[in-house]
Amino acid sequence: MKKMSSNPIELVDLSFNYNGQPVLKDINFKVEEKEFVAIIGPNGGGKSTLLKIVLGLLKPEEGAVKVFGQNPNKARELVGYLPQHSHFQRDFPIDVFGTVMMSRYHGLFKNYTKNDEKIVLQALQDVEMEEYRDRQISRLSGGQMQRVLIARALAREPKLLLMDEPMSSIDPEMQNSFYQLISRLKDKMAIVLVSHDVGTVSMHVDKIACLNQKLYYHGPAEEAEEGLEKIYHCSIELISHGIPHRMLKKH
Amino acid sequence: MLEFIQYEFMQRAFLAAILVSVACGAVGTYVVIKRIVSLSGAVSHAAFGGVGLGYYLGINPVLAAIPFSIAAALSMGAVREKVKISEDTAIGILWSVGMALGIIFINLKSGYAPDLFSYLFGSILTVSNTDLYIMLVLDIIILLIVFLFRREFLGVSFDEEFFQVVGLHSTFINMLLLALIALSVVVLIKVVGIILLIALLAIPAAICKQYTYDIRKLMISSTIISTILTSMGLILAFIFNLSSGATIVMVLAAAFFISHYIHE
Repeated sequence: MKKMSSNPIELVDLSFNYNGQPVLKDINFKVEEKEFVAIIGPNGGGKSTLLKIVLGLLKPEEGAVKVFGQNPNKARELVGYLPQHSHFQRDFPIDVFGTVMMSRYHGLFKNYTKNDEKIVLQALQDVEMEEYRDRQISRLSGGQMQRVLIARALAREPKLLLMDEPMSSIDPEMQNSFYQLISRLKDKMAIVLVSHDVGTVSMHVDKIACLNQKLYYHGPAEEAEEGLEKIYHCSIELISHGIPHRMLKKH
Repeated sequence: MLEFIQYEFMQRAFLAAILVSVACGAVGTYVVIKRIVSLSGAVSHAAFGGVGLGYYLGINPVLAAIPFSIAAALSMGAVREKVKISEDTAIGILWSVGMALGIIFINLKSGYAPDLFSYLFGSILTVSNTDLYIMLVLDIIILLIVFLFRREFLGVSFDEEFFQVVGLHSTFINMLLLALIALSVVVLIKVVGIILLIALLAIPAAICKQYTYDIRKLMISSTIISTILTSMGLILAFIFNLSSGATIVMVLAAAFFISHYIHE
């Protein structure tokens, strides 16, 4: 058996309430090294909350969270994050390079190094945005901005990459290159992708987790049908594109 | 025409214009890009409590305003973190409670304060050498803090949540930024006064932000623009015998509209 501490994510009997309302209940969830997992479920099903708990931004009322066997706050060095909503102002005085550079932050009084610059440039190349490095961020399209934010997550050189609705603002042409990028990254890190839209997950993931307050299914993508039906049972209108099982590989 | 340069009070006034502009350029930039202008307005009004306390204790009101406005700024920060009231409401409360405290302190002393108006509306022409020294020391402290924490301030101004994820202690940095605003408020009190100083903190950076997206250039250009506009206001106030604080604010406002028009 594998040692517990080596797992990128390990959640045990985890519950979380927000203003007295249960958001997550009795979640047991594990992501193994270099695994690519998609968490699907309706809006408000607790997907973003789950990521924020893994990041240490939210503290669960009950249960244990371990990220690489550590307290989430201690493991931040190893985690890259693409938020669903960014709260920054688009007219903020910062360019693409500066935006990505922020994820190389080393702590108080520590300067960014030449090596940091190299890593940032590499991350921008990965998302095909290196020619925009000096552009102020308000002069990017929505899809370009999203790519910059993916680069920002990658520049962390994470061992665990958390992406909250990464496809939400990517242009359709970019979708293919996004999955190509992911398949290149898969050998280097564990990836957890959150989506309310089953269609985007396609056939790329190793495992699917179906989340709607409770974790209904967690296992190989091909067998996820039943779990999907359960979580969407009463809220089928929340899916924006078609019927879930049509999207998955026939077996 | 230029004979006013010979007056010693005018020389001091121009020195004061430069010293306030340094604080405006450095801290005003964060106030504008982090969009905390009204929060800073609350801190500045709360500083009046410190001025009143200074009167009451018989010490220099500007010096008394330093710990008082820092305390006000930090309590504002603590409210933001811990209590579940909207920031907007907290701003309104801090704003008026600070002023009310100042008035009560002044009542307690004698019910009469000779140069109260100069703290409310500013009086750059009566700036003393002591005031200049206080401003200089505060400017140095401000610049030092901005230099040492420039990465963190940029991070919490831009995307606080993400910066927390990469390991920043954002509560501490937010508090430090608020304390920095409190210090620059104190630098500005004598020149434009508690009620008007938010214009000087916000307008130069708001003008320059239209023309650059490099934060360092933004700080430097705001300082230069602020020095020029404050000096212009000072000269106009002298020539037309107007209140200096109000004239400076009107010059800033005019410059803002003109620059906005040109930029469009």
